[in-house]
Amino acid sequence: MEKTMNLILKVWRQRRRDDVGQFHMYELQNVSEDSSFLEMMDSLSEELVSRGEEPVAFDHDCREGICGMCSMTINGVPHGPERATTACQLHMRHFNDGQIITIEPWRAKPFPVIKDLVVDRSPFDRIIQSGGFITARTGSAVDANEIPISKQTADFAMDAAACIGCGACVAACPNASAMLFTAAKVTHMNSLPQGKAEQDRRTLAMVTTMDREGFGGCTNVGECEAACPKVISLDMIAHLNRDYLSAQTKNFLKPVQ
Amino acid sequence: MNLDSKIPEGPIAEKWSSHKFNMKLVNPANRRKYTVIVVGSGLAGGAAAASLAEQGYNVSCFCYQDSPRRAHSIAAQGGINAAKNYQNDGDSVHRLFYDTVKGGDYRAREANVHRLAEVSVDIIDQCVANGVPFAREYGGLLANRSFGGAQVSRTFYARGQTGQQLLLGAYAALSKQIGLGKIKMHNRHEMLDLVKVDGHAKGIIARNMVTGEITRHAADCVVLATGGYGNVFFLSTNAQGCNVTATYRAHKRGAGFANPCYTQIHPTCIPVHGEQQSKLTLMSESLRNDGRVWAPKSADTAKLIREGQLQANDVPEVERDYYLERKYPSFGNLAPRDISSRSAKEVCDEGRGIASTGLGVYLDFRDAIERDGKQAIQERYGNLFEMYNRITADDPYQVPMMIFPAVHYTMGGLWVDYNLQSSIPGMFVGGEANFSDHGANRLGASALMQGLADGYFVLPYTVGNYLGEQGVAAAGQITTDHKNFSEVESEVKARIDKFLTINGTESPRSFHKRLGHIIWEQCGMARSKEGLEKAIRDVQALRKEFWENVRVVGDADGPNPELERAGRVADFLEFGELMCRDALMREESCGGHFRVEHQTEEGEAKRDDDAFAFVGVWEYIGDFVEPALHKESLIYDNVKLATRSYK
Repeated sequence: MEKTMNLILKVWRQRRRDDVGQFHMYELQNVSEDSSFLEMMDSLSEELVSRGEEPVAFDHDCREGICGMCSMTINGVPHGPERATTACQLHMRHFNDGQIITIEPWRAKPFPVIKDLVVDRSPFDRIIQSGGFITARTGSAVDANEIPISKQTADFAMDAAACIGCGACVAACPNASAMLFTAAKVTHMNSLPQGKAEQDRRTLAMVTTMDREGFGGCTNVGECEAACPKVISLDMIAHLNRDYLSAQTKNFLKPVQ
Repeated sequence: MNLDSKIPEGPIAEKWSSHKFNMKLVNPANRRKYTVIVVGSGLAGGAAAASLAEQGYNVSCFCYQDSPRRAHSIAAQGGINAAKNYQNDGDSVHRLFYDTVKGGDYRAREANVHRLAEVSVDIIDQCVANGVPFAREYGGLLANRSFGGAQVSRTFYARGQTGQQLLLGAYAALSKQIGLGKIKMHNRHEMLDLVKVDGHAKGIIARNMVTGEITRHAADCVVLATGGYGNVFFLSTNAQGCNVTATYRAHKRGAGFANPCYTQIHPTCIPVHGEQQSKLTLMSESLRNDGRVWAPKSADTAKLIREGQLQANDVPEVERDYYLERKYPSFGNLAPRDISSRSAKEVCDEGRGIASTGLGVYLDFRDAIERDGKQAIQERYGNLFEMYNRITADDPYQVPMMIFPAVHYTMGGLWVDYNLQSSIPGMFVGGEANFSDHGANRLGASALMQGLADGYFVLPYTVGNYLGEQGVAAAGQITTDHKNFSEVESEVKARIDKFLTINGTESPRSFHKRLGHIIWEQCGMARSKEGLEKAIRDVQALRKEFWENVRVVGDADGPNPELERAGRVADFLEFGELMCRDALMREESCGGHFRVEHQTEEGEAKRDDDAFAFVGVWEYIGDFVEPALHKESLIYDNVKLATRSYK
């Protein structure tokens, strides 16, 4: 027999981007401890619809921790209390009967609220558009085994590439810095031999875009790594800083752009 | 309905190259005069949009998520097949072709499958060039693993997140073109209808999911890469937003829908936990390389386990039935998905299922951990084990995983010819949204392969061919001022108004759940004439009830998840009926389609090649009117039709 719990939810409601939002309190009963956090949110939606009220809007899609769409701050922590876990993979067995749970959107100036818990994360896309790619026109590739890549290098690139672009790092950072995201993306490509040719251009362009989008500076707080559902290491930021310094120096001597 | 498959002449291995040579080309300077709409930004859509833009076409790309990087291709775990034969174990283009046709239970089109196998090798090259960090051996060369339905190791992988890495590769290429201004990206937009002018697809009507605005978009042709329809079952491994609306709307505008009853039930998913469940989670098939599938030999033992009186690890070896190894000794735990799923169902039907619901079997890593050590297993499957642990709170290093089949992939889709053009001229369909390559059952690690094959290497040629045939004088001539746009737009708006004014008592989600229940019971792993006839009646009744009693709260002028869901469920209700009709029509068992009336004495699927070696293509005639069935005969010149055997 599945165990259930009753909860008190304190949820951020905001009708539109320019509206003033506020917390609303909801009581929710009979939540299965085997359900995920988003399934609990579904139950709340059904409850609200049955009363003729608008359900809480929240972003979600794959519900298996990989698409990076879900984005809610649960009791002050992006994606909630479990380490290395997205909100969709967080299960209610980690909460207690009668608990008050506070649910908010990502809080960061570059991620304005669209509605309730839904925010606009398009600045991440623009960072990628400015340089987060390896130019390799379709059909122009050499054989995949032509350039050997040591296992260590491939594994390291994979560690960086594991980022799901959810934005929890920004939401967790007191400066709303996007350094962990940008560093993971830059390092993934810069560490591979295929990405070397564009390394300096890429690094400068992506950092420039990041700054232009209004993200704060990095002061090595480390909240980003703690909140990251894929546990992207703070080391990535060190790699980005090294590549950035090198690119700036080269750019000073002879422009790389 | 014209079902000319346009398969090129000549020997199968030369069809694609000679066809490429015979295609019309568009001068690079003229390409910028054309606009192509691509709906969907997954592997097929993202790769096609990027490649077409690289060639010089203007592209408008649409996705319902907040970023193209989130398309559901991202969730594929295990890997991507390619006939590289890097393992020197006898693989070849012909073998991948053969395995895919056989795996699809001889219901796929030979020429398309051969092309897929041919371009598979180019896909791996392209992905590596784009920075996909595939797993490597210590020597720096690419690693492979084996997958179900094949006896060679041809699967390339990036930990347990191959889908994400491949998608990020295509997304990076797409992003570059967005940055250059060649692609206009429309995030958080949902296609709600197709617009035709003089019989050709010339645009779409979409809804901006942030502002609620209904927008018109015109182009010289339209590519749909909008994924599968697995969410008709409500519970599936698909993302929450996956839906049939784009393809079903196109179907209602004249595109034939092929083989909708071919759905894949994946054998290794986490069992259902209860009523509040919203989705099912897949555990990659790659786990079957090392995990052994078993159930207790006796129903009594299974009962003790269900009641919590006996632990899996305490079941002695003689009491365990490794049923896949027993029934299919040469493929063992790597038997194809349809066969593995059905075997699990049989075991549970016999009362030997575990999990609290009785709907589950074990996937056990005990022997692999003893043989290779925990570390080796952790390297191979670490993230999958963690995911399992997060969801179930069990530790698969200590206790066997519990698994049960779940809806995962849909082989059916819009009918397309060899050029991936639907029965509506100017509308192309790629990836899971079309029907073409997997027949009645898809092999593991072949979905990513097909999505990228269509997106990188097929559509960029065939779309160009179509545009070339239309001539440069036609480029950009149709604009959104054309009266057909305003007509379709009014229909879309009227439908939205209707949703908002029914003011019933039941939520769209509730209707979706009820629909899923009907479809799963009657059109799931085992189907019967009686059950399907009942399902058609039930779905029709439910559809009627929906339009009388659905309650859609909120308004149309901004984000409204309930309105979005209502539209999708309304289309699923119509589509579900079509699926049951197709299953009812197909009086045979093949691949993922199992009719209980058609099985061997051993309970294996029994095909009827004389009567059913055809693609069943449905034409929409009208509301509550039985659709018309058209047939495309399947001709096998290169593969001998045989009863599939994995014994």
